[in-house]
Amino acid sequence: MLLPYFQWVSDTRVSQAISQSSWAFAVIESVHLLALAVIGGAVLMLDLRLLGLGLREQPIARVARDAFPWFVGSLIVMLVTGFGLFMSEAIKCYYSTPFWVKMTSLLLAMTFAFTVRRKVALAGEGHVRPIWRKAVAVVSLVLWFGVGASGRWIGFTA
Amino acid sequence: MSLLPFCEWLAATPGSIALHESVYMYPLVESTHVLTLCVFLGVAVMFDLRLLGVTFTTVPMTQLKRRLGRWMTAGFLVMVVSGAMLFYAVPVRSYQSIWFRMKAVALVLAGLNAFVFHRTIDRRIAEWDADPVPPHAARLAGARSLVLWTAIVVFGRMIAYNWFDCDKQPQPRIVNALAGCVVPAEGLP
Repeated sequence: MLLPYFQWVSDTRVSQAISQSSWAFAVIESVHLLALAVIGGAVLMLDLRLLGLGLREQPIARVARDAFPWFVGSLIVMLVTGFGLFMSEAIKCYYSTPFWVKMTSLLLAMTFAFTVRRKVALAGEGHVRPIWRKAVAVVSLVLWFGVGASGRWIGFTA
Repeated sequence: MSLLPFCEWLAATPGSIALHESVYMYPLVESTHVLTLCVFLGVAVMFDLRLLGVTFTTVPMTQLKRRLGRWMTAGFLVMVVSGAMLFYAVPVRSYQSIWFRMKAVALVLAGLNAFVFHRTIDRRIAEWDADPVPPHAARLAGARSLVLWTAIVVFGRMIAYNWFDCDKQPQPRIVNALAGCVVPAEGLP
């Protein structure tokens, strides 16, 4: 169903340019990796705090607010560079199981981060029971790990 | 002194061959190396950004260290072990990779930067612990760390590409010299 769209993407000039260049993919991928480190840190700061670890002396909402711009900033870089990587091999992605696993978990992880997790983090200590905060952190970590692991696996499948 | 004979010996050990030829083990080790980046470098970047005074400015530096230092150390250990395994799987090509060598140099510089930081401005942390924006020397250490780790990640990623591999000749003389390629002299039979 989506194949014509993927075909169109892979026929675009940008896609052709990236896949024909010997270094473009490597450079985009490096930026993707650098943003991965930042988003990893930003996600961990808040999830550790929700688990009752990490910056325990700080109010949860404070940690959430400090981490938020780095989370959103690195997420934007991830999405832009990720789309660049996707463009260069759109047809390969269409037939790649890890790619679809990654896109599904990415959609879930982002939705969760901007709705439930954000609400719980900003609600303040008194409003949500610790057990639910921990559950939110675990779900977040599992979802983002799924994104990272399946993303890495796209590169291992021919 | 060349470590090439050692790397050749290492490459011939059964463990190295097994890891090199494994279907799942090598990708698993590599994925671990890449994903632990989130834990180790993720936390390290937050430290550096705090040193620069751009985030978590209400959190004292010592608190950040006390609460997150162990996560960074644990992540670093996983990075070192998985990284050593990746080298163990492909010793000769890694040793003769210009990217690997540049990564090694940048790693030493990052270590040196951390060492100097601990020996100097970090000694007087009581004076600036809670400052939203730490003193110049601390900010400089944070900035240097960010630059060096960026280089380490990029160089590390580039090891996977074979543009400058020794078996891809001819290469510019400087590349062969820096990568330690053993190339027959031109004009000889």
